Amino acid sequence: MIGIEHYIVVSSILFVLGVLGIFMNRKNIIVVLMAIELILLAVNINLVAFSAFLGDLTGQVFAMFVLTVAAGEAAIGLAILVIYFRSRGTIAVDDANRMKG
Amino acid sequence: MDLSTSLGLIAPELVLSLSGLVLLLFAAWGGDKLARTISIATCIALGAAFALVAPAVCAGASGPDRMAFGGQFSADAFAGLAKLMIYAAAGATLVVAPRFFERLGAMRAEFALLVLFAALGMSVMVSAADLVTLYIGLELNSLSAYVLASILRDDERSAEAGLKYFVLGALASGILLFGMSLTYGFTGTTSFAGIAVATAGGLNTGMLFGLIFVLAGLAFKISAAPFHMWTPDVYTGAPTPVTMFFASAPKVAAIALLARVALEAFGTQVDAWRQVVIFAALLSIVVGALGAIGQTNIKRLMAYSSINNVGFILIGLAAATVAGVSGMMVYLAIYVVMTVGSFVAVLLLRDAEGRQLEGIADLAGLSTTRPLVAWCLLALMFSLAGIPPLFGFWGKFVVFQATVQADLVALAAIGIAASVIGAFYYIKIVKVMFFDDPADTVKGEADWAHTVLLVVCALLISPLGYFLIPWLGNIATMAASSLALPVV
Repeated sequence: MIGIEHYIVVSSILFVLGVLGIFMNRKNIIVVLMAIELILLAVNINLVAFSAFLGDLTGQVFAMFVLTVAAGEAAIGLAILVIYFRSRGTIAVDDANRMKG
Repeated sequence: MDLSTSLGLIAPELVLSLSGLVLLLFAAWGGDKLARTISIATCIALGAAFALVAPAVCAGASGPDRMAFGGQFSADAFAGLAKLMIYAAAGATLVVAPRFFERLGAMRAEFALLVLFAALGMSVMVSAADLVTLYIGLELNSLSAYVLASILRDDERSAEAGLKYFVLGALASGILLFGMSLTYGFTGTTSFAGIAVATAGGLNTGMLFGLIFVLAGLAFKISAAPFHMWTPDVYTGAPTPVTMFFASAPKVAAIALLARVALEAFGTQVDAWRQVVIFAALLSIVVGALGAIGQTNIKRLMAYSSINNVGFILIGLAAATVAGVSGMMVYLAIYVVMTVGSFVAVLLLRDAEGRQLEGIADLAGLSTTRPLVAWCLLALMFSLAGIPPLFGFWGKFVVFQATVQADLVALAAIGIAASVIGAFYYIKIVKVMFFDDPADTVKGEADWAHTVLLVVCALLISPLGYFLIPWLGNIATMAASSLALPVV
């Protein structure tokens, strides 16, 4: 029988993978965008699972909001990536060092 | 509560969103020719929203009849005071920005609109009484801010600042959201009032994880250490008027939001989050003070200064009393004025070709070449350092007073000792301006709007500002009392 714990474990693993994807990836900024989507996916799994478990619709409504915002976020992220690529000619993470820090 | 009452309570947000949508059509139709007109119209919309919020703040509005849409949105005096600061900072940005972008030939119609939508998002943030409202407001603000940071499309540094802000901001939103999903799952509700009821009997592991993730996500947004690493890069790379905006309005919004989440939603569990807030506050003060030493770029220095100031503001929150929150709001108000003034002074530094100067070395001998700017900057720097005759001292004083009253004497003592380290680099700027040989790089003519704004800011934080204390203290106390504080 699959219970709420299983959902929490899966979403936690996805969340940790997403965070590690942002911090350990040294190659490509597109991968960072994918990692961000993975985090939002983990959150949505959590929200929908809790919603079903509690018998309360708020979680599913919240998940719809998260989906919508995630779409806007991805669009803006890609737009910024395009202007970054146009001025620099690369999207490698290690090259984003025009300011020291 | 019927719909019309709710709509009346969100009148400022309605004004902002409707005027934003209409102006967006004008911007699409008329293009960049209309940029200046749209900028002025946006200022008028912000002014109208300011006028709509002001009565509620002066009356100290609070209680259930200020809740709109079935407890989703709270239009109380606390949110109102934060909104006044947000609208004022956004308006100041729109006053200084057009000349800056026109000089670069990059004045775009959408700039003012992005500021407007960011202000709208912040206004929803500070009024949020539910996790869903909180998230929508926060993202509306953040998404506008990512675009604002990279608005100079052809400038490498601006694009890089936008990219870094986007990646780390999205990570922060993700962490916050994960915390909110856990909080929802383990308390069974998304409303702050419901969470307060569910956590009254103590926190279980799930709620504790939720609380920690929410705090970490919000610490990112207010750039408190140890989540401050994006701040120096973003502040340096973004165009100066945008940096001024980032350092003022979103700080107010995120700190007000943090206070509301901590005190209203988790107000019965102060001990659970107090250590986290104290840790972040002390670390921010130290990191901000030490990081600023040795910087050569004034915008980067101001970034560390803002990290340092966030630490002092969090000390007020750690007290978790009406006096603490009221001190926090007073500090925020003074901080916004000091930040706006400092960045306007930076905007006034241009070389003969009209390029912006950002190096601290360029300030050398400013007292002989530009006495007015130098004296105003002197007042602002001493005020940021919290040196007594200036108004910045009062902000630190009320925060530390509240901390001592809340029996956190050790925290207050460490904070005061650490503020001395911070004084070092502020005084260094004054030394460069007044005692070094003139660098003779600052040549450009001064815009009257910039100069007027700088002088107004300098007067507000000068000893004349002490005349404001009874009024400011009164509305800050009313605002703090309108929050549903824990019964200690």
